Amino acid sequence: MSARLLCRLLAAPGEARALDAAQWNAVIAIARAELLIGTLAFRLRGLPLPAPVEAILAAAILSAEEGRRQALWEAVMARRALAALDCPVILLKGTAFVAAGLDAGQGRHIGDLDILVPADMLARAEAALLDAGWEWVKSDPYDDAYYRRWMHELPPLIHRERDRMIDVHHTILPPTARSTPDPAKLIADAVPLADGVAMLSPEDVVIHAAIHLFADGDLSGGLRNLWDIDRLVREFAARDADYPARLVSRAAEHQASRAVARALRLAAALFDTPIPPQPAEPLFDAAARRRLLARDGWGRGTRPATRLAFYVRSHWLRMPPAMLARHLWIKMWRRSRHAG
Amino acid sequence: MRHVFSVRIGPVGFRVGSDWRAPVAALRTLYAGYPTPDDGIADYNVRLSATRPWRRFIRPSVAIAGDYMLPDAAPLPLAHGLLAAEMAMNLQLALGERRFLLLHAATVERGGEAIVLTGESGAGKSTLAALLAARGWRLMGDEFALVDPETGLVHAFPRLVSLKNAAIAVVRAALPAARFGPLMAGTPKGDIRHLVPDDTAVAAMQVPARAVRLVFPRFGFAAERRTVGAGEAFVRLTQASTNYVALGERGFAAMTRFVRETPAMALDYPDADAAIAAIEAEG
Amino acid sequence: MAATRYRAPVAEGLCVAPLDDLVAIYHRASGLTHIVVAPVPELLAAMAGEWRSIEALAAAFGLADDEHAALIERLDELVAAGLVEAR
Repeated sequence: MSARLLCRLLAAPGEARALDAAQWNAVIAIARAELLIGTLAFRLRGLPLPAPVEAILAAAILSAEEGRRQALWEAVMARRALAALDCPVILLKGTAFVAAGLDAGQGRHIGDLDILVPADMLARAEAALLDAGWEWVKSDPYDDAYYRRWMHELPPLIHRERDRMIDVHHTILPPTARSTPDPAKLIADAVPLADGVAMLSPEDVVIHAAIHLFADGDLSGGLRNLWDIDRLVREFAARDADYPARLVSRAAEHQASRAVARALRLAAALFDTPIPPQPAEPLFDAAARRRLLARDGWGRGTRPATRLAFYVRSHWLRMPPAMLARHLWIKMWRRSRHAG
Repeated sequence: MRHVFSVRIGPVGFRVGSDWRAPVAALRTLYAGYPTPDDGIADYNVRLSATRPWRRFIRPSVAIAGDYMLPDAAPLPLAHGLLAAEMAMNLQLALGERRFLLLHAATVERGGEAIVLTGESGAGKSTLAALLAARGWRLMGDEFALVDPETGLVHAFPRLVSLKNAAIAVVRAALPAARFGPLMAGTPKGDIRHLVPDDTAVAAMQVPARAVRLVFPRFGFAAERRTVGAGEAFVRLTQASTNYVALGERGFAAMTRFVRETPAMALDYPDADAAIAAIEAEG
Repeated sequence: MAATRYRAPVAEGLCVAPLDDLVAIYHRASGLTHIVVAPVPELLAAMAGEWRSIEALAAAFGLADDEHAALIERLDELVAAGLVEAR
């Protein structure tokens, strides 16, 4: 068993009719582990399903609707807190999808609120959020310095009443990363939504998702990310036939052609996303597919070797090697000290 | 996973997978009279797995996992594997349940009318529920009352009753013919022994009931009864619910309806007999 | 800068349930439940969907000038809770 069956159901819901009880049990466990149960529930809505599956998916839809409400509310509260700055509050990731009513937001799990503000507004944004009830999650001076110097965001803040996190970014990749998307272009081309917030342009939103898929973390949570890409590309291409061509040229402007090409190939392989023909990278594609699908029938991650390879690789992408060594060393030292 | 056990408790189906035989064998014995999940499809998956591969064999220690997890849930020694399974099943409901409003409460029923006993650990919910069952009440559950937002009715969740420390002997004396699980000494919660709900409780576990009284018991105080207003009951019950917030407006509607329709009392009691007498007098 | 004005959600944005001496308010936009006592429900009703100044609110409740500070304090709590907007 792997996450392949979940991918098939998302891409072709009609295939749900053929599942037996053991397959349902596995798909539900895997969908929950991948935080895709709400998405699956929306995709299968209206199909004749076994009664227990129907009940589980109906509950998942209710849960996703509550998640959506809370995510949008966090955006409202952030916008209110930042109103005095008079700068655009650009919503990123899941919150942007639901605020814009995109297919990618249907049933989507949304964790933290991610927003993008111009780099020169960062200090004022931080002060305004602290003033409005958010506080720092980490008080560790090393982590704090690490975030501020090398990551593309403020240290995460959490609201003391509502217990929800906000990540304030000023670009979509850390300055140390090898590809360097241009934040000025991201902000200049952002699309206003209702209620004083905005989101990235249709091209940039997919570029961000693609960069995020490979650069952030170890591909864990990658299926959800890849599903976003499938939905976004389909919806934007349906609105405008020139979209795929514009996506490719915009990716080149952000030095993100490779990440976007890889993400599109993976999306096509797992979700049948219609994409222009691409040259393949058989070794990379196969390894990434294995990693993305690495779940057993109980929702547990499998293939630990592939996991580790992707983890080291992802840090490598973000940090020059000497800095990586320093980071890992300090992390390790702190861990052993805490243990002792 | 190597060993698998599936069971339905009230309206909730579980699939429990384990790296070891023992916890699954214990569940099989104790839940022998229970049905399996409808259509073989479980609502929740529970995993009892070794914290590290070698921990299957050397000082085996059981990590509690499943569809829904707490990042900092401490593993338990294999000797407490049954407790790990019960905790993991409760955790799935506590974190994942969205159909029913969950109240952290014990419930007993007689003549279609239910009494819901809620309070923090140590308030004596499980003990009182077991003792009331010994006096002919139907045991609906000792951990969660499941309130249906559509009907306002309480659904049963009669899992094994978890008895701790001194309560073990008290309940054994009251229910000499009942079946009990193994004694697990020295767990993080003290000594624990599970009581198997009787045949009536299992046979009627699909039958919901209307709550006619809500009781906030408190053990170890001089006997006292006090009427609790709907506002106070609302505040205390939202704190005793793990999924009130997650249910959104359905939760709000179900909770306000519950506290308006169910008279509530706070009950301080010095010993179980006093509490039982007070509850039966009111019920 | 103009004086601060306050606005509460329109009536349909709230679900208000009096429970004996307390009032539970479910705020549909946020999914949050607020437990309040009088005169908060009345205050919210007085500015439901409309921007109101301190003076207007104080007048509606018959407050004296030296009671404005207390009113502002209550309003700021409601703003922090997200139930009321200020501008």
